[in-house]
Amino acid sequence: MENKRFTISVFTENTIGLLHRVTTVFTRRKINIESLTVSETETQGVSRFTIVVNGAEDKVLQVSKQIEKQVEVLKCFFYEDEQVVYQELALYKMPTKAFARSEAVEDIIRESNARVLAIEPEFIVIEKTGREHETQALFEKLKPFGILSFVRSGRVAIAKPMKRLQTHLEELESISLFE
Amino acid sequence: METLVQEVMTKKKEAHVSQKLNVTGAEALILSLLAEGVDSIFGYPGGAIMPVYDALYDYQEQLKHYLVRHEQGAIHAAQGYARVQGRAGVALATSGPGATNLITGIADAMIDSTPVVCITGQVFRHLLGSDAFQEVDVISVSLPITKWNFQVTKAEEIPAAIAKAFYIAQSGRPGPVLIDITKNAQNERFDFEYQKCTKIRSYFPRRKVDANAIDAAVELINSAKKPFMLVGQGVTLSKAEEELKAFAEKSGIPVASTLLGLSAFSTKHPLYVGYLGMHGNYGPNIKTNECDVLIAVGMRFDDRVTGDLKSYAKQAKVIHVEIDPAEIDKNVKTTVAVVADAKEALVALTEKIEKKSYPEWLQEFADADRLEYEKVISKDFAPNTEKIKMAEVIKMLSDKTQGTSIIVTDVGQHQMTTTRYYQFTEKDSNITSGGAGTMGFCLPAAIGAKVGRPDRQVVAIIGDGGFQMTMQELGVIMQYGIAVKVIILNNNFLGMVRQWQQMFFDNRYSSVDMHNPDFIKLAEAFGIKAQKVEKREDLGSALDTMLDSPEAYFLEICVEKETNVFPMVPAGAGVGGIRLE
Ligand SMILES: Cc1ncc(C[n+]2csc(CCOP(=O)(O)OP(=O)(O)O)c2C)c(N)n1
Repeated sequence: MENKRFTISVFTENTIGLLHRVTTVFTRRKINIESLTVSETETQGVSRFTIVVNGAEDKVLQVSKQIEKQVEVLKCFFYEDEQVVYQELALYKMPTKAFARSEAVEDIIRESNARVLAIEPEFIVIEKTGREHETQALFEKLKPFGILSFVRSGRVAIAKPMKRLQTHLEELESISLFE
Repeated sequence: METLVQEVMTKKKEAHVSQKLNVTGAEALILSLLAEGVDSIFGYPGGAIMPVYDALYDYQEQLKHYLVRHEQGAIHAAQGYARVQGRAGVALATSGPGATNLITGIADAMIDSTPVVCITGQVFRHLLGSDAFQEVDVISVSLPITKWNFQVTKAEEIPAAIAKAFYIAQSGRPGPVLIDITKNAQNERFDFEYQKCTKIRSYFPRRKVDANAIDAAVELINSAKKPFMLVGQGVTLSKAEEELKAFAEKSGIPVASTLLGLSAFSTKHPLYVGYLGMHGNYGPNIKTNECDVLIAVGMRFDDRVTGDLKSYAKQAKVIHVEIDPAEIDKNVKTTVAVVADAKEALVALTEKIEKKSYPEWLQEFADADRLEYEKVISKDFAPNTEKIKMAEVIKMLSDKTQGTSIIVTDVGQHQMTTTRYYQFTEKDSNITSGGAGTMGFCLPAAIGAKVGRPDRQVVAIIGDGGFQMTMQELGVIMQYGIAVKVIILNNNFLGMVRQWQQMFFDNRYSSVDMHNPDFIKLAEAFGIKAQKVEKREDLGSALDTMLDSPEAYFLEICVEKETNVFPMVPAGAGVGGIRLE
């Protein structure tokens, strides 16, 4: 099976140690995590891990079952890129003098729909949200002007299917026995 | 979603609630264990768990503590106890080295789905992360080998943590859990109240039987020409032995067992066709690649069972009855998955299948058996060697006990020989380290098994190598008068490794030669009656003496040094490539 990019959404209890439990499912199987983001969801006490991996679909299915098997994981889903709306964020630290020298940097920022986040005497921080190839393109454009530091966040993603977590859990509950 | 949030982890039950005001965390732990019906625990004291040991002092009548000689002994004993009792065993250890000494057994329990609750002491909460004396981050260390673990840092957390621990360890696919309790939490006082855990919102241990899956499975079974059933420990764990028998008898389908499935189905049943895997029987291995429908119940297609997956049962439609959804399609692609408890699934299947029999198909197994008998078994049982062969010992033991003893084995040739030749006729009788293959497992596991089932004969069968990994636990037999029968099958070799070196490494025997101590003196030093058997003619009476002994008994049986266990599916080969010699 060919490798594809998958976004894995894991809904969990907000407990210490769960990050480690979830990541060992990947590391044990030598699957490289491309990015990982954790945040609270709309439901208090429920966290969402957004994990991006490159892998074969059957492997990713196995991994998602192993994740779901963890006691404190509520539910694990995985999606191909078309099934999610996703975004990343990048920050670029540039020397202030790069702006003073020409208007080129300013033009690049405008064209790329980036924005200036902070201005300090020595450096300026530019922010760009977008997909990886977009933030990377801006990186390439700014590079000749001297990038002091660059950081890109993990992917955050929202699934397109309308079925809510609650509904999934109710379904699971209705087919389960607890004692 | 609101309902989800409001749902509480533990539901109040009508059943009586255990309560006591102003107790220490340590006492609360004991009360919690008692509320779970625990009567025996295995452990070893030390600084960070001392408050618990102090509390135990007041509960000696209700809660018997067995002082092991090494924490690995505690966890293996808890495993042996759990396996015969069908409920969680409990191991107790101090922080740091005490906790890390449990690790091998926890890993073993994880891969063999054994319910155990490990309780470890931990340094004071304010010292966590400071590299304090005997501080080890046992939560991180045990994380990949526990079903769940949790660090308690406040006394009030103890009852709920223990309740969850037992619930998780024992429900669904069982497994080990670890609760790490900081010393301050053991000392603090609070008002104790215990409620059993019966549900956790993020945890779905068991599915209802899906009628559609059952129908699909029934259709395959009813139209099969050469159906074949593989049963694993899932049958034992779900206490489904009777249901398995009913299914087999109505369906007429031949039954083979995995290593851990042994004793779930009587080996003397006419439908029993043998034992699977690397050193299993010839018939069930080759027939796996000839059947048209393969029904796997409560087993996980371990590589020691399947051999090379690329040539495993490719012709067959596969029905997988399994409680753990993550096992479905993990190793073998299924045609129909029944994600359910083995007992409930078997009941549902039995109801709907047609009554059938497959005399010709069974005859094929019988023919394969005859071949194996000629090439292997007859030579094993009536050897022309001067020295006793392992197989003879097991055959005689099996006959003398009529297959009714609890048989505990270690890892190696003696294990494979025992599981091949002991004819189990009673359930909950086979205790061995399967998935992990942990040498040193046997002696402490046998102790735990005898504590759990004092009414049954418990025989430990160990190699001279594995015995020396945990032989200090003879001290537990001595101290508590545990009537375990111990047989050392002494070949003065790490036999199984030697076999591989002979077969696959050109006879280069590298570090497998064992210079052993005087085992008889050793056993006697622990006050255990012991006998050494060197001659074939002494074997019968020695076994009788051992079996008849009301107390522990130790037999060292000197066996043929260079016997190989056959049949064998060489590592990397398919089940069809099984070798008889
Ligand atoms: C803890 C551990 N270390 C190493 C091994 C590898 N191993 C498997 S079988 C075996 C030899 C066992 O020898 P012995 O206990 O004398 O039993 P025999 O095979 O001779 O019956 C070894 C070393 C293991 N299974 N477990």
